[in-house]
Amino acid sequence: MSASEQVWVEAVGITAPGLANWEAARAILRGESPYAAADMPLPAPQLLPPNERRRATPTVRVAFQAAEDAMRATELAPSALATVFASSDADLNIIHRISSALTQTPRLVSPTDFHNSVHNAAAGYWSIAVGARAPSTTLSAYDFSFAAGLEEAFALVLADGFDTLLVAFDLPPPQPLYEKRPIACSAGVGVILTRERRSASLAALRCAQVRESDTPLSNPELEKLRRANPALAALPLFELLALGRSGRIVLPRGSDAGLAVVVETLS
Amino acid sequence: MKPLPVSAFTVTSALGAGRDAHWRALSTGTTGLRKVQFDTNTLDCWLGEVADFDEPLPEQWSDWDCRNNRLALFGLQQDGFLDAVAKLRARYGGDRIGVFIGTSTSGVHQTELAYRARDPESGRLPDWFKHRYTQNIFSIADFVARLLELSGPTIAISTACSSSAKVFASAWRAIRVGACDAALVGGVDSLCLTTLYGFNSLQLVSTDICRPADVARTGISIGEAAGFALLDPNADAPMALLGYGETSDAYHMSSPDPEGQGAAAAMQAALACANVQAAEVDYINLHGTGTMANDSAESRAVCTVFGTQTPCSSTKGWTGHTLGAAGIVEAAISMLCIEHGFMPRSLNTRTKDPNIASAVLLEDRHAPVRKVMSNSFGFGGSNCTLLFGARA
Repeated sequence: MSASEQVWVEAVGITAPGLANWEAARAILRGESPYAAADMPLPAPQLLPPNERRRATPTVRVAFQAAEDAMRATELAPSALATVFASSDADLNIIHRISSALTQTPRLVSPTDFHNSVHNAAAGYWSIAVGARAPSTTLSAYDFSFAAGLEEAFALVLADGFDTLLVAFDLPPPQPLYEKRPIACSAGVGVILTRERRSASLAALRCAQVRESDTPLSNPELEKLRRANPALAALPLFELLALGRSGRIVLPRGSDAGLAVVVETLS
Repeated sequence: MKPLPVSAFTVTSALGAGRDAHWRALSTGTTGLRKVQFDTNTLDCWLGEVADFDEPLPEQWSDWDCRNNRLALFGLQQDGFLDAVAKLRARYGGDRIGVFIGTSTSGVHQTELAYRARDPESGRLPDWFKHRYTQNIFSIADFVARLLELSGPTIAISTACSSSAKVFASAWRAIRVGACDAALVGGVDSLCLTTLYGFNSLQLVSTDICRPADVARTGISIGEAAGFALLDPNADAPMALLGYGETSDAYHMSSPDPEGQGAAAAMQAALACANVQAAEVDYINLHGTGTMANDSAESRAVCTVFGTQTPCSSTKGWTGHTLGAAGIVEAAISMLCIEHGFMPRSLNTRTKDPNIASAVLLEDRHAPVRKVMSNSFGFGGSNCTLLFGARA
């Protein structure tokens, strides 16, 4: 299958246990610092207005942290970017609270919980926080949500000409849902893609759907992390970007499908 | 953009199963809204419930069994749609056909049932509850793709009530960049207590029947629906997607911008995308939920883009607000309007709100309809406008 036209990676961001931000993750993925699993503190994103920050759910905070980390490395204005938010399950804490409330008499569903329960809550808060009026898609593809989001972001860049911020995120659900959907840790990643090469560009990317299994990481601890959260399927791509190395990796895109991503770094 | 032919479409809602049932209801002014008992709902409200579909899925799909996937299967069985999919598959191969399905809550009704059946000692959920295949947002897209043996790019879009309008935009882009050659788009949302009690907590569910644009409107009536369409760039079809516009309000999570700026920008973007002038649009199918805030803001937006003369109406007085399925339901109704040369009135509207300046139709109109705009707006300030037309 022919690969897509190329897009440019402007910047990436991350928040995950032991990978506090891209700067730290880059050193670890380059093998310059050891990886040490650590509990992830609840992020305190800067871009949320104070009254929204107070009410923001952990899910929105994780998504913002990843997005803000990516924005740190670019001069592009966040208000100018189209967005893709990709999450398998968005906010299962809220689903748990609402589903529990619905078993009680009377059935008292919190209005704040309900409006935060939509899959696109993080996208809505982001748009409000940065004043972004450009197109925004929120999608799910279960464990394959990062690659699905990357495909959608590619299409927004190539077909509609928008520089695009992709944010992928998921959080562990509370029990009893955790037993059914054991997302082991909170994590978010951000990727900014542009149509044109810019001074900050890290690499050019092309992608194509393939029938191949996904590329693992060689470090066993990082490989475990890659499988712990759908957003961390991004790690093999981030590893190539950290190493400044061209290559081809396959991201999980379906039960028997992968998304091949060809990375060409800049000399 | 170049018009993208719609080679097949089908819709199932409270108006009935398939296109003919919808045309009959529209042309006779018959609402699908009823005061019916759903599940254990105790709210006094009207519902747009789909009749006669709630059979368990066939044995091989038992893991996927939930109200939402049952509704999807029932919807796919109407209007010869399965045959149309088979023909498309024969033409391109299943791996070159993308699947883009909009939903706001997927199979969360199954989660509600599972929470009632938690083990009283351990709190565990029952073994029959399969999160991945029912509750998860992707379930609906995954189910449709597997059922129809389509394995191109598959996603569920979930942007609340704009979800199944946005599938058209994503599918067009995927075809444009070569990720797939053709696409199945659709939307499925089914009744559940989460949305009933959730919208009720925001005081948006009306005890009265949904009366869009009425001076005394008091909110939404919730409905359910499944609709699907095939987008085939090489088809010789009478109907086409002419353009789309997507914007974000950047205003509030659950209220529209009262000035309707984001909505107006979405309509303008759709016109620009299609290279169509506002004056060429014959009819606008409004988002028109029947809430005070939505209908006022949308009217301002329509007037900004079109002035006060372009005929428009909401069809939510017929179907109820089918949430994540509203985009595909109203896309299908828009295409039926073109097919039949018909502009439906704003059903249940008794006295038009004097603050609504747009040309809301209080009587049906029979006249040639060549281009129809359809608006869908959702929580989070997510706006999507589609433009459909008869192909020249």
